[in-house]
Order: sequence, then C-alpha cells, then structure tokens
Amino acid sequence: MEDWGSMGKIVSSLLVVALGIAVFVAALAALYWLASRLKEPWRERARVAVFVGPALLLLLGLIIPAILNFRYGFYTKELVTLEDGTRRTVDKFVWFENYSEIFTNPANVKVLTNTLWWGIIVTSVSTFIGIVIARFADRMRGEPIAKALIFLPTAISLVGAGVIWNFVYSPRDYGLLNSLYQLLPGEQQTQFFLQDSKLFGIQNEWVPGLNTLLIMVVIIWIQAGFSTVVISAALKGVPDDLVEAAKIDGATDRQAFMRVVLPYIKGTIITVMTTTVLAVLKIFDIIQTMGKGGAFGTSTIANEMYEQAFPQNNEGLGAAWAVLLFLAVAPIVYVNARNQRAMREAG
Amino acid sequence: MTATLDPTLGGIEEPPKDETPVGTKIAEAASGRVGRIMVWLLAALWTVPTVGLLISSFRPEREIKTEGWWMWITDPLNITLDNYSGVLDNRVNGLPFSEFFWNSVRIAIPGAVIPIVIAAFAAYAFSWMQFKGRDWIFIGVVGMMVVPLQMCLIPLLRFFGSGFFPDALSGVATIWIAHAIFGMPLAIFLLKNFIGSLPREVMEAARVDGASHMTIFMRIVLPLSVPALASLGIFQFLWVWNDLLVAKVFGGGARNQPMTFAMVDMVGNKGNEWQLLTAGAFVMMIVPLIVFLSLQRYFVRGLLAGSVKG
Repeated sequence: MEDWGSMGKIVSSLLVVALGIAVFVAALAALYWLASRLKEPWRERARVAVFVGPALLLLLGLIIPAILNFRYGFYTKELVTLEDGTRRTVDKFVWFENYSEIFTNPANVKVLTNTLWWGIIVTSVSTFIGIVIARFADRMRGEPIAKALIFLPTAISLVGAGVIWNFVYSPRDYGLLNSLYQLLPGEQQTQFFLQDSKLFGIQNEWVPGLNTLLIMVVIIWIQAGFSTVVISAALKGVPDDLVEAAKIDGATDRQAFMRVVLPYIKGTIITVMTTTVLAVLKIFDIIQTMGKGGAFGTSTIANEMYEQAFPQNNEGLGAAWAVLLFLAVAPIVYVNARNQRAMREAG
Repeated sequence: MTATLDPTLGGIEEPPKDETPVGTKIAEAASGRVGRIMVWLLAALWTVPTVGLLISSFRPEREIKTEGWWMWITDPLNITLDNYSGVLDNRVNGLPFSEFFWNSVRIAIPGAVIPIVIAAFAAYAFSWMQFKGRDWIFIGVVGMMVVPLQMCLIPLLRFFGSGFFPDALSGVATIWIAHAIFGMPLAIFLLKNFIGSLPREVMEAARVDGASHMTIFMRIVLPLSVPALASLGIFQFLWVWNDLLVAKVFGGGARNQPMTFAMVDMVGNKGNEWQLLTAGAFVMMIVPLIVFLSLQRYFVRGLLAGSVKG
C-alpha cells in the first residue's frame, strides 16, 4: 500500500515540524531567560531582540533581494571564452538594454498592453457584477445561497479554475462553449479556443486578443465573488433612514441607490477595485494552466517575468520585468492604504 | 407596555401618504423581480462550469471523451470511481499523483504555521514592548507590502543555491522559508492590529504582578488572539495550498512539488485525458472546499484582511 507508506512519511514529517516549532518557541523562551540575566540597558534590548529578531531576519530576505533585483535588471548573461580556452557565462552590465528590449520588441509591448487590459477589463467588470449582485440579492429570499454559489470559486486555486475552464473551452464535442456555438443556425466551424491564435476566422493580432479575453472570463468568475461579498457587507452598513429620506424626497429605488447608497460606500468600492487590480497584475498561474505559459498572445508581466527568469534562464530580463511589476503595483498599494486609513477615520 | 402607540395597530395616526406615482411603483416592483431573476441566473451560470467538471469526474472514460457531460442526465446511474483511483496512481514525472497530495500537506501546514508564530512574537513587541525606533521599524515592515514577491525570486533563488545556505534545508524547507518571508509583512500588520488592541489594563495588571513579557505573551496574549490567529492561519494555509509560483521556483525537482505543479504538468502533457484531469482537479480542490464550507466566517474575514497580500 503505497498510500499508507507515504502517509506514514507525512505523519512523521509533520511530527518533525511540530517538534521543530516547539523547539523554536522553547529556544526563544530560553534566550529570553538568558536576556533577563543581563544588566541594563542590555537586558531590555536583548529581550526585544528575542521577540522581533526572527521576524526582522526573515524580512531581510525581502529587503536585500528586492534591492539586488534592481541591480540584476541592468545585467545580462554573456558567454565568453577565457584565455585558457574554456567558455563560461559572466554577468555583463548593459545599462537599460533589458528595459529597451521590453519597450521596443513588439512581442513584449503586447505583454505590457495585455496586462493593462487585464487591469481595466477584469477590475471594472468584476466590480460591476459585484455591485449588481449585492444590490439585487440584498434581503432577497435565499440570499446566502446565491451569494455562496457566486463566492465559491474564490476558495479554489487558479490552477483548479484553469482546469475547470479548459474543459468548458475544449474544442472537442464535450466542450460546452463549442457545443453552444454549434447550436447557432448554419454550419459552424469548430473553434480551437486557447489552442490557436486564429478564432472565428480572425487572426488574433488585435489587443487584447480573444484568447486573453477567454482567460479574463475565468478571473472575473473568481473575483466577482470577492467583490460581491465585500460590497454586500458594506450595503448592510448603510443606514436605513438615509435611503428612506431620499425616497420621501421622491427618489425612485434606482435613484436612491445611485445617488445615496453608492456614494456612501465609495470607500469600499475603491478597496475592491484596488485589491482586484493588485491580484490581476500578478496573474501567473492561470496563464500557465490555460495559455501554455503565454502562448497565442496570452502572456502578462508576471508570467513573462517567470518565463524569462527561469525556463529561459534570462535573469536580467526577468529582473527587469519584476521591476516593472513593482512600479505598477506600488502606487496601487499606496492608494489602497490611504483609502483604508480614510475609511477607518471616517468610522 | 411602552408608552408609544404603534400607529398600524392603533389606527390613531394617518399613515403617511405615498406620493410615488403608480407607474413608478410597478416599474420598481418589476425591476426588483428582474433583479432577483438575474441574481439567480448569474448564480446558476457561476456554478455550471464546476458542476460540469464534478459530474464528469464520476463518468466512465469512454463517455467523458465521446459526449458532453450534460448527457449524463440520460443515464444517471452510469457512474464510477475509477477516475479517482486512476488519477491517484497516475505518474507525473515518475511519481504517483497521491505523492503530490502529501507534498501539498507537507508544504502548506508548516508554510502557514511558521510565519504566524514568528509574526505573533513580533506583533507583541511592536504593541507592548518599549524600544527606540519602534514605530519607524513597524512602518518599514508594513511598507514592505509594496514589494511584489516577484522582485525577490531571482536573488533569493541565487542565495538558496549559493552554498552559503545549508544544503540540508533545500527542497520543501526552502518553500517554507520563502512563504514565511513573503507572508511576514501582512502577518505582522494584521496581528499587530489585533494584539495592539487588547485591553491595556490587562497587560499592566500582569506587569504589576511581576509577569515577564514571555509569560504575558504565552499565557494571556496567545489565548486571547485565537480568532485572529485562526483567520490568518486559514488564509495563509489556503494561499500556500493554492500556490504554484513559489513552489515552482524554490522547490527544485518534482519530488518536492505540490499538487498545483502536478496538475499544470498533466494539463501540458495529458491535456485531453479528462478522466484524469477532472478527478485530479477535485482531489486538489477538496481541501479548500472543505475549509470554505466549514469555516466560511473565518475564511471571509481572512480573505478581507489578506486581500492586499503581495
């Protein structure tokens, strides 16, 4: 029984981990006890170090690499022949060559524009769907069930979602989308979704491309649940008298919603949009699962970063893509943080 | 009995006259119904892809490959568990798929526990210990959330492979450490928010009684923080369980890889073997679905708090 053998292995390795964590905590306690034997001012400093030291050590693993990555973005690997005739790769400083490669090579420009469209289309559509569902499901019979069904995809991995939708898009007879397409009047050609850059007789040159749009549907499918749940929670916090007052002034349901409720939950909508943009900019797993790692015009910045840095072993270019991702993400994190603070201060 | 009269019962007060024109009222009622129908349509539409895959995973291979899953309705008793036993023994890179399931367990549990333990200590220090530069260091920690983990992949991988880092810690342990590093800023931020808001009087009373920071942390703060630790733990666990990128970069060979890796490999090499892919996907999703269905409240809280994760 192979399964039980590996299960034994698992149980033992989990025991090792549990033991490891217990030892780690005990070691911190012992260090703390040792620190308490020191003289002031060292005693208090050592105690603090025991508490924050491990975390700060791990954070060095974030700060130093992030700085090094800027540096790597200016280098490229070059094969050189040494005096003794051996050949080896060395890192060569190339200024902004990696960046000019990104901004001038049409294939890379397509990656940039793809990512931009990802941010615009997925964020606006999934937020819109979230608002619509949250509004109409509010106080509806069966509201929790409807919302749970829409929220369910949020729990599963992007890889799992990719498999689910690959099945929907399959060109075989069992592909749901193709089967629906065949129902249209007339003789319909089978479409090779995600497997051909030419769909419906259109060469997939225009941005963002049908294959990219098909993958976007999957992320909208996932993100809409998130926006629904967050916006729905905010809607329940809108005071009833506010809406009542608007209605007494003669506003219809729709007017009250558009002019009173939506402005009231503006902060929540900004939160939803910024978090969605952040998730979308880093889209990677789904491109690996559905776009064969960026084939047929489906690549994005985070996917290209991985493809260049690891399978292609072109670290300089990969590092440059990572820097661009950072430049795209940082301002949005900032807007998000400021918005969160404004919401907290507003109560 | 309260002194106020209920106007609907007593009939003393005239109910406020409804000025809304009848036409608008009908339109509103209709839009309400249209809205509800739309919600249910969307809910159904959202469920169809998953249900299709679920039904297929129980159908015999021949049926999966020759007709649409919706044809199941014509012969609903024609179901089997063969796909599930088949996928568990199916070899990916020479290893049975079941091995990858256990790898996911082996990666995700420590991958969630380690960073939370370390972050809890730090969050206590940032909340209740006095030291120079405390607030600035905390702002620096939180500021690290702007760094996408992609920035660290190449340099960290070089570091792990440099020989400076002990070989004994390669493989799964590198994945744990990477997840701990990437999860640290958010975990500290969230736990500091929670631990910092525990009542000051409790802490001060314990200090006056001569309790050390370590005792207060272990005996008072940790037990009080269970809800926060649970939400964060569930979020981090699912994040690691569902992760592909970090494992792919740091895990080395297939031996140390989680199920997400094995699935992507199967999609690439056996893309039309749907008897394997359907069952494999559900083996992979069963843990998140159980967590989702049983701990939905914690799940939502963790998701809301963690949605800004880099």
